[in-house]
Amino acid sequence: MKRLFISMGVVFALIASAPVKNGYEVGDTATDFKLKNVDGKMISLGDWKDAKGFILIFDCNTCPYSKAYNDRILELNKKYSTQGFPVVAINANDHSSSSGDSFEAMVSYAKKKGYTFPYLVDETQEVARTYGATNTPHVFVLKRTGGQLKVAYIGTIDDNARNASSVTKKYVEDAVDELLAGKAVSNTKTKAIGCGIKWKDA
Amino acid sequence: MKSPFTHQILGDQKVQIPFVLSMRIITFLGLILAGHFAMGQGGELVKLDGLQQRMQSEKNQIQIVNFWATWCAPCLKELPLFEKLNGERKDVKVVLVSMDMDLDPDPEKVRKFVLRKKILSEVLILNERNPNQWIEKLDKNWSGALPATLVLNNKNGKRKFVEKELHEGDLEKLIAEVQ
Repeated sequence: MKRLFISMGVVFALIASAPVKNGYEVGDTATDFKLKNVDGKMISLGDWKDAKGFILIFDCNTCPYSKAYNDRILELNKKYSTQGFPVVAINANDHSSSSGDSFEAMVSYAKKKGYTFPYLVDETQEVARTYGATNTPHVFVLKRTGGQLKVAYIGTIDDNARNASSVTKKYVEDAVDELLAGKAVSNTKTKAIGCGIKWKDA
Repeated sequence: MKSPFTHQILGDQKVQIPFVLSMRIITFLGLILAGHFAMGQGGELVKLDGLQQRMQSEKNQIQIVNFWATWCAPCLKELPLFEKLNGERKDVKVVLVSMDMDLDPDPEKVRKFVLRKKILSEVLILNERNPNQWIEKLDKNWSGALPATLVLNNKNGKRKFVEKELHEGDLEKLIAEVQ
């Protein structure tokens, strides 16, 4: 009996110490989701029958980086939605710790900024966790191959948060351009300073 | 009760003004000096290599490097934990590294913030652009999200990195983990 307990303990210890996979890596297959948009409708990536892929952006109302990138995100959608890569934005912030990110606040923010793309609420934070989003804005470029969505790029929009006119590398645009040209993405992962997603207390 | 000073003040109006003024000046200078020493280095600009050198050459055994910004609400919430540790533990060196300049080129805003909040821990302001080139050099597990904290043991080389808001007791646990 004692031995059984010890071996059970070892098993539990192994389970507990097993590395937790923190979201997607480039090349992984992304799962679709169904989330509420600011217009009240439930949205899935599968709703876009003709999309070649997506520029999925974890974003929010309150982060100064999100604010700095608002216009650039609108530009991305303007440029790429017609080419088959629409922008889909998701707000995963826990609104009990970030009241400016409540659904109501999202509705008015999207209206004020004239969002031309869906702005979805990830109430349970499950999508953000599945994808491995960490900050805002955090971009996942997805490419549709066959019936699947493959992660093609993870990271930031460009190399200059402070000033859009001083940008020298447009990471997301470069990635989508390469996908549209049928090439592999050359720079698949970037990092940026940003606001951590406000997680619910575990 | 009558000191020579009050006598002078009461007796001669001309003496009163310079006396009060000089007291004010002395108090004012005293405050500046006290502030200067108490605040330590409130907002020196550093480049990445400078920051890395400081992290390596720290003589205290335990070093805590917190990455924060004035705009980051969870960073400000956890700030008292670092201040408390800085005040209580002489064997622990706390460095608060501001990331504000990534968005805002004016370091004075950070310095004023440090003074206004009466922050006593050492504050450095990282003066680097293009974070994609240096985030991983500080810690390979860091996404770049704020707040983030690095706990280093300079004697045994152990390090712990966390990318989340810390709560009461978390820092003590992290310190224990690098012992």
